[in-house]
Amino acid sequence: MSIFSNLTAEQFETIGQELDAIRNREMADLGEEDANYIRTLIKRQRRLEVAGRGLLMAGFLPPAWLAGVACLSASKILDNMEIGHNVMHGQYDWMGDPAINSKVFDWDNTCTNTAWKQTHNFEHHTFTNVLDKDHDIGYGILRMSEDQEWEPRFLFNPILAGILATFFQHFVAVQSLKLEDYLIYKTKTKEELKAEFKPTWKKMRKQLFKDYLLFPALAGPFAPFVFAGNVAANLARNLWSSQVIFNGHFPEEVEQFPESVIENETRGQWYVRQLLGSANFEGGRLMHVMSGNLSFQIEHHLFPDMPAHRYARIAPEVRAICEKHGLPYNTGSFMKQSLSVWKRIFKLSLPNKSKDDSGKGPLNGLRAKVVSLAREPQSENRKAA
Amino acid sequence: MNAMTQTSSRFQQGLTRLLQSRVADILSYPHGVDRYLEVFNPLWSVNEVRAKVEAVRYLTNDSVTLTLRPNHNWEGFVPGQFVQLSVTIDGKRQTRCYSPANSLHRADGCIELTAKVHANGFVSRHLREQLSVGDVVLLSQADGEFALPEERPEQVLLISGGSGITPVMSMLRTLCDEGFSGPITFLHYANSAADMIYASELDEIARTHDNVTLVRCFNDEGEQDELSGLFSREHLYIAAPEFAQATTFLCGPPPMMAAVEKVWEEDGLAERLHKEQFTLAAPQIESDSAEGEVRFVQSEKMAINNGATLLEQAESAGLTPESGCRMGICHACTCRKTAGDVRDIRTGEITSGEEDIQICVSVPVGTVTLDI
Repeated sequence: MSIFSNLTAEQFETIGQELDAIRNREMADLGEEDANYIRTLIKRQRRLEVAGRGLLMAGFLPPAWLAGVACLSASKILDNMEIGHNVMHGQYDWMGDPAINSKVFDWDNTCTNTAWKQTHNFEHHTFTNVLDKDHDIGYGILRMSEDQEWEPRFLFNPILAGILATFFQHFVAVQSLKLEDYLIYKTKTKEELKAEFKPTWKKMRKQLFKDYLLFPALAGPFAPFVFAGNVAANLARNLWSSQVIFNGHFPEEVEQFPESVIENETRGQWYVRQLLGSANFEGGRLMHVMSGNLSFQIEHHLFPDMPAHRYARIAPEVRAICEKHGLPYNTGSFMKQSLSVWKRIFKLSLPNKSKDDSGKGPLNGLRAKVVSLAREPQSENRKAA
Repeated sequence: MNAMTQTSSRFQQGLTRLLQSRVADILSYPHGVDRYLEVFNPLWSVNEVRAKVEAVRYLTNDSVTLTLRPNHNWEGFVPGQFVQLSVTIDGKRQTRCYSPANSLHRADGCIELTAKVHANGFVSRHLREQLSVGDVVLLSQADGEFALPEERPEQVLLISGGSGITPVMSMLRTLCDEGFSGPITFLHYANSAADMIYASELDEIARTHDNVTLVRCFNDEGEQDELSGLFSREHLYIAAPEFAQATTFLCGPPPMMAAVEKVWEEDGLAERLHKEQFTLAAPQIESDSAEGEVRFVQSEKMAINNGATLLEQAESAGLTPESGCRMGICHACTCRKTAGDVRDIRTGEITSGEEDIQICVSVPVGTVTLDI
């Protein structure tokens, strides 16, 4: 398969110990520095939000509108990524401050805290890049792995990816519903779906009401400017965060794993799977903060509950461990990783070029697939969830 | 001038009502109004009691006395009650309980807290060594059953030991400010004269109030005052021979409290004794006899029961459960026990089965499963 199968049990053990040592050292050092960091950042985000919402009230003036959108976009991005995502990972639970606690914290996003912790903290982080286990592989909409069975709808892979990115917060919000089970695979009933959607809808409604009705209404005759500004800020956050997340797991060299790897997986093997299933991107301090330090996706996947501002510091050590054991450390510029992701999205819209296909080009493979799909009922193409 | 203050207070009321409104709640969703207000001023809040440190004084070598000005969310207290004070140390919020020692009728609206600083008292040392004027601390509303009754008793006996002086000091100051004319006896136990908090103020009160009798008792040999040694029935006969007629308020270290309670119980006076256990008797860690294991289900961790409280065992297993007073008062640490027996270290009572428990005062008896 990959380097994964070349490592010996001892090597896995050593890698596990070396990474544990980094973790133990950093976690023992938690203190005022981390608390000050997150508190300062939260202050900045709240100021940006107040400024952004204020400026948009004067949104009939083009410079104010633009500045308002910039502030509000930055605020939403910080709120969701460096603050929300990381706080909900429990990175700051040790502070004992209920306002910065994973149990209580909620973000400026339509996804609920509970649903997020289920799909992201538990499913995605435990089963990173394991097919049929990690729903982040394509979010049930896209084909992101060659081992994912091709279906005709994946012809629209790039368009679907665009839609996913545009409405990212809503897709994340309904991710726990596994909508495809209802829409495509018919393994979930409408009643089940309705019941599961209830808490999400409650949160969605509040978010939509706030951004698209109440704040515009406060601006009176200038409501359309506020409305448009809020659409723009939500869109900016959606596009940015989805790209950051895709860059973390879907550049072409990043590995995906069959379900069999998680049977009797050791701590060392889990670490290595996280290493091979994640990718970083490079940039300045601002880039790291605005991406919630998910530019250090590798470090984040190794230590999801370590305050994220520490990733930059430990990254050279993690990289050195990779080099020592001959493991790849996937990194590159934001551009390079993004292009690589989109290449994968386009490539996987067509069926794999498999060896037993008589035809040569991907289109022949496609034809064969369509024929085979037409023969068997769709629901059998996927195990019931 | 009067009109101006009236306008400004009406303005403040209006603003508060606006900030507490449903609209403000939705506009600030999901974080809440307080999370925005605190960005601009750490004292601003529509829900939380926060207080500014107005003065830090050191009345003895091992104590610290804070004067705190709470924001307008403070609802006041009854002398004898306690508040939970939270400070951040090394990035981590720490909460302890203290009883305001000031008079209810203090004119400037401030409250006064005095903490005894123990050598390994993590929070009290921080208060003495780090806290300075201008800092902002978090407070809870006042709470506790130990309180001066609204209808003042005819005779009052106040018995305190060490830092247990603070709630009864508040009672004494309040009664004096009210011109209370009934007899008050103040019986206080301290290690030495130098250790006694509020010594000079008590002297002054006793000097200027004919109805107040001050009886001090020092533990150190060689230092003779009115009395010496530990509490005994004899002390009581000397200090307050009419104790049976008085309403008594007691606060001090556990052994002293136990000795006093015994006398009242023997005389059938338990109803007239109001008490506040200020420091928790250290749990007797019986690591030899401790059996079984502690299972933390949600965090998928397990520890061998070492006889310490469940909170301590959870923390040494690397968990960070919510906690506050660590003495069974604030209920911040309450969590679900799904199986097993625990002993309440305050009462010795053993309970079993599925229930909510305060893990800071619960010691496992055999294997215990917690849903944290």
